[in-house]
Amino acid sequence: MGDRLNLIQQEALASIEQAKDSNVLEEIRIKYLGKKGELTQFLRGMGKLPPSERPIMGQLVNKTRRSIESALTRKNEAIERESLIKRLKDETIDVTLPGEKPQLGGLHPLTKVLNKITDIFFGMGFNVAEGPEVELDYYNFEALNIPKNHPARDTQDTFYINENVLLRTHTSPAQIRVMEQQQPPIKIIVPGRVYRSDAVDATHSPIFYQIEGLVIDKNITMGDLKGVLDIFIKRMFGERTRTRFRPHHFPFTEPSAEMDANCTACEGRGCRICSNTGWIEILGAGMVHPKVLEYGNIDPNDYTGFAFGMGLDRITNLVYGIDDIRLLYENDIRFLRQF
Amino acid sequence: MVTERGRIMLVPIKWLKEYVDFDITAEKLSEAMTLTGSNAEGISELGKDIHNVLVGRILDVAVHPNADKLVVCKVDIGDKILQVVTGAPNVKVGQLVPVAIDGALLPGGTRIKSGKLRGELSQGMLCSFQELRLDEYGEIDNGVDGIYVVDQEYLPGTDIKDALELSDEVIEFEITPNRPDCLSMLGIAREAAVTMGTRYRFPEILVKEISEKAEDVVRVIIEEPEMCFRYCARVVRDVKIEPSPRWMRRRLAAAGVRAINNIVDITNYCMLELGQPMHAFDLDKVADRTIIVRKAQKGETLITLDEQKRILTEDMLVIADPEKAIAMAGVMGGLNTEVTGETRDIILESAMFEGGNVRLTSKALGLRSEASSRFEKGIDIVNVERAIDRAAELIVKLGAGTVLEGKVDVSTLPLENRIIKVEWKRINSLLGLELEPCYISSILESLSFKNEIKGDWLEVIVPSFRLDVEGVVDLAEEVARIYGYDKIPMTLMEGSASKAMRTREQTLTDKAKNVLVAMGLFESITYSFVSPRVYEKIGFDIQDYPKSVIISNPLGEDQSAMRTTMIPSLLEVLSKNRNRSADECKIFEIGNVFTVDPENANGLPLEKLSLGIGKYGNRVDFYKLKGQVEVLLDAFGLLKEAEFIVSAHPSLHPGRTAMVKVEDQKLGIIGEVHPDICRNYGLDSGALIAELDFTLLLDIAKTEKYYTHLPKYPSVARDLAIVADKDILAADIETVIHQVGGSLLNEVKLFDIYEGKQIPQGKRSLAYSLSYLSMDRTLQDKDINPIHNKIIDALQTRFNAQLRK
Ligand SMILES: [Zn+2]
Repeated sequence: MGDRLNLIQQEALASIEQAKDSNVLEEIRIKYLGKKGELTQFLRGMGKLPPSERPIMGQLVNKTRRSIESALTRKNEAIERESLIKRLKDETIDVTLPGEKPQLGGLHPLTKVLNKITDIFFGMGFNVAEGPEVELDYYNFEALNIPKNHPARDTQDTFYINENVLLRTHTSPAQIRVMEQQQPPIKIIVPGRVYRSDAVDATHSPIFYQIEGLVIDKNITMGDLKGVLDIFIKRMFGERTRTRFRPHHFPFTEPSAEMDANCTACEGRGCRICSNTGWIEILGAGMVHPKVLEYGNIDPNDYTGFAFGMGLDRITNLVYGIDDIRLLYENDIRFLRQF
Repeated sequence: MVTERGRIMLVPIKWLKEYVDFDITAEKLSEAMTLTGSNAEGISELGKDIHNVLVGRILDVAVHPNADKLVVCKVDIGDKILQVVTGAPNVKVGQLVPVAIDGALLPGGTRIKSGKLRGELSQGMLCSFQELRLDEYGEIDNGVDGIYVVDQEYLPGTDIKDALELSDEVIEFEITPNRPDCLSMLGIAREAAVTMGTRYRFPEILVKEISEKAEDVVRVIIEEPEMCFRYCARVVRDVKIEPSPRWMRRRLAAAGVRAINNIVDITNYCMLELGQPMHAFDLDKVADRTIIVRKAQKGETLITLDEQKRILTEDMLVIADPEKAIAMAGVMGGLNTEVTGETRDIILESAMFEGGNVRLTSKALGLRSEASSRFEKGIDIVNVERAIDRAAELIVKLGAGTVLEGKVDVSTLPLENRIIKVEWKRINSLLGLELEPCYISSILESLSFKNEIKGDWLEVIVPSFRLDVEGVVDLAEEVARIYGYDKIPMTLMEGSASKAMRTREQTLTDKAKNVLVAMGLFESITYSFVSPRVYEKIGFDIQDYPKSVIISNPLGEDQSAMRTTMIPSLLEVLSKNRNRSADECKIFEIGNVFTVDPENANGLPLEKLSLGIGKYGNRVDFYKLKGQVEVLLDAFGLLKEAEFIVSAHPSLHPGRTAMVKVEDQKLGIIGEVHPDICRNYGLDSGALIAELDFTLLLDIAKTEKYYTHLPKYPSVARDLAIVADKDILAADIETVIHQVGGSLLNEVKLFDIYEGKQIPQGKRSLAYSLSYLSMDRTLQDKDINPIHNKIIDALQTRFNAQLRK
């Protein structure tokens, strides 16, 4: 009997070994372990054995069964793995083919640079305010210490709607509007669209963007003005950028200054971008004129402040190396896609 | 901040050295002066384009063997004798002429090389007036055809630039409008001296006068003391009009002024030197030899020196004699008293007119002169006298006439010192410095501000040429610029912790832009003015035109109206890109639109933010655009409330236009652009636009979010397909489904639209997926079936819709 059992086991294991797919394995399982399978038959035949041999034989049969079962499982796993490997191989794709991109649009370069500037000033505690683009003469000129008949009012530069209403020529009118609404401390920037009646060329546009800054508090000094703007420039153009302040004139600040940053393109050696000076003019600034504080109902004996104004277009052009301001307003999609 | 364009002052270095000694280069000087407030824009080098041109003496002139019109000259250039062939008809032995030797450079970039001319060796070229462009140096062209003949004796071999004094450097300063005093050599000399820490000097003026007295010859009456503060007149007899000497012509030319004749040149020279405009009248033509400064009479006319007939108004100031106007005060002289070749005697005028009036007059006449722009900005009352004396001195020196004793000097303004008192500590506290008062005092002293420290106070006498200095802040700037802006230490103001944050509007605007960008749109930024005719182009009827804000002085008619809608801006951008063959373009812009606001008493228009979306291309259609608008509304918490209502708009396709409404407020429109309008913009493949009132959107956005519990029980989905007339709106069907569905109907999604086979003509099939949900139990068929059937019934009765099986 034992020999018989051995034979069945050998036969079974050999055919499992040779099986090529899971169907064959299933047939093998039925042949040996099924209801009418050989091992089952064998078990049934055990009734003929004397009772004393049955337990031993039973153990033997179970052992054989387990060995066939585990061989079946092993083979099944092996076949599945093989077919998985084959499937994975069949599924291989050319991963170097282009991806299917969802379409992403883009912000205008002016907006991108403005966002960066705004973030820098937020970091220094400046809020962002706004003012109207169509403005009263009073705010644009008079309250900024530019009285009637002042040369800066030349109609050649200003678009007028009527005698009292104009398109703001700078963001500075917001200085007065903020002072009227808020007592010091004041710490704001005012970005916005401004208008100058300049004919269009590579460096002039009748519409452009400015960012005004205003700080008013007790004991504000020109050193503070320099400190704040120097930090701004370093955050904007890199920590190695240096600034230079030159005396200048604005009717609404005194002392007034223009600030240059050293040219990062040539590291100050002189190149086309900086017209060989090594410096690039970035902004105008100064200590708020006492008359302007008075127009804003702030007592110049108690408070001082500084203001600055910069051209966003100019800074954007510097950041991206754009050499023609007209590109910013043409909205050529090939241009817009570059940012 | 507006930077006013400054005025240019050209400063020749050789001339500047007459007033201040220095040996640093022009470049160094201009750098240093830029940092003390005189902005140097550049340096030009005179004579740079002439090189290796020497003075040569013609020793021999021989006939050219091979050419009739040429001669062969032997020219002594000092160290050797050259043979030069020339065609000039005026060469003579003994002449001193400019010789461009081998390797020489001439203006315009011409290089001279030795070579043969018709077989004869020519070792250079003899130069004419034009070839050396001597007119640019104020030299007089004697009109002789041929070689320029040097009229003074020089050693052969002398560089022509030395002989004719051509070399110089000229610094171009941009003078800010608050410093008219620097529009003069004297003013620049003062600044240069302070910058270099030295002193400047002004030559003492000595006028040789004859005994006849000016006051016996001429009378001056100022009738308008508010408009003329000082008037000085001198009388010059026996005037000889001739060219002024070379040194003066050189200086004028280098400073950008054309030499005319000695009298004109002297007045110009004094104006450049001292900043004081001057004028000369022909004495014999001034009736009664009386100068009257008065207002013009209505309708009075004057032909000015530029031969234009000017019609005057009563607010203009004129210089007149008892019979007639003879000059526009401070602007331009009259032709009736012009100094000419026949003039024997002249009256010299040096005056101070009120700037505002000069400005108005010159603007009204459209006549801006060197003089008028100086009066406008303000001149130095002390210089009025100094300049006329200087002119008189030069007239004598140049032999241009004899000067009568004294002058008539009428002033209407007391010539007293302006004193300001300031706390010197405030200078330090404004600048963030701790300068000693004596140091502050010495800086001001060096700038001609006499001053005295009295305890905490500083008493300062403001010099007459510094009209711009009024108070402590002005003095602070004077101190700071000389001390050096660079040396002010950088600090950060102290203060309470930062309170900065984005406002709701700023946050939402950023969000809107980011959402639109994420959906594939590019941000555009366009001009806010448009042509008033643009409304026809976008299909508006005249009566539909919104009331535009009109620019009274636009760059052109087509940029004269502030936009009232974003539509033309969007279409313009699409059109431009289409013209450049971009196959697709999807853009948005958030910007202001403007409409006249009759409610606003101060005259300002209504400024509202508008959001525009525009696109054309292959994969664009109404529903994609609508989907994007819906996503945006969702981001603003408004999708549930938003309705898209069938609508009409003059720029849009009548069957493809929807108005966007939120809670009964009109938010905007969306649609396909009308084919006619597309044609107007060259958008042959069609386009889509949306315009939303972004100010309103910011206002009504619902940004607060609250958590709702996640459902514990599963939702049950039921499909519902109906066939209904095509013109029944999906929105109406959905409204009914929602109404009938009640609170258990959680979501309605349209997942299929079908027309065609199996569907009767004029009808369409709409398939919805309805999702039922209860928060407190699992829904059973018995809960859902009655509702679902009621929905089907309602659709049947309301729309005659049939259930599709
Ligand atoms: Zn550079």
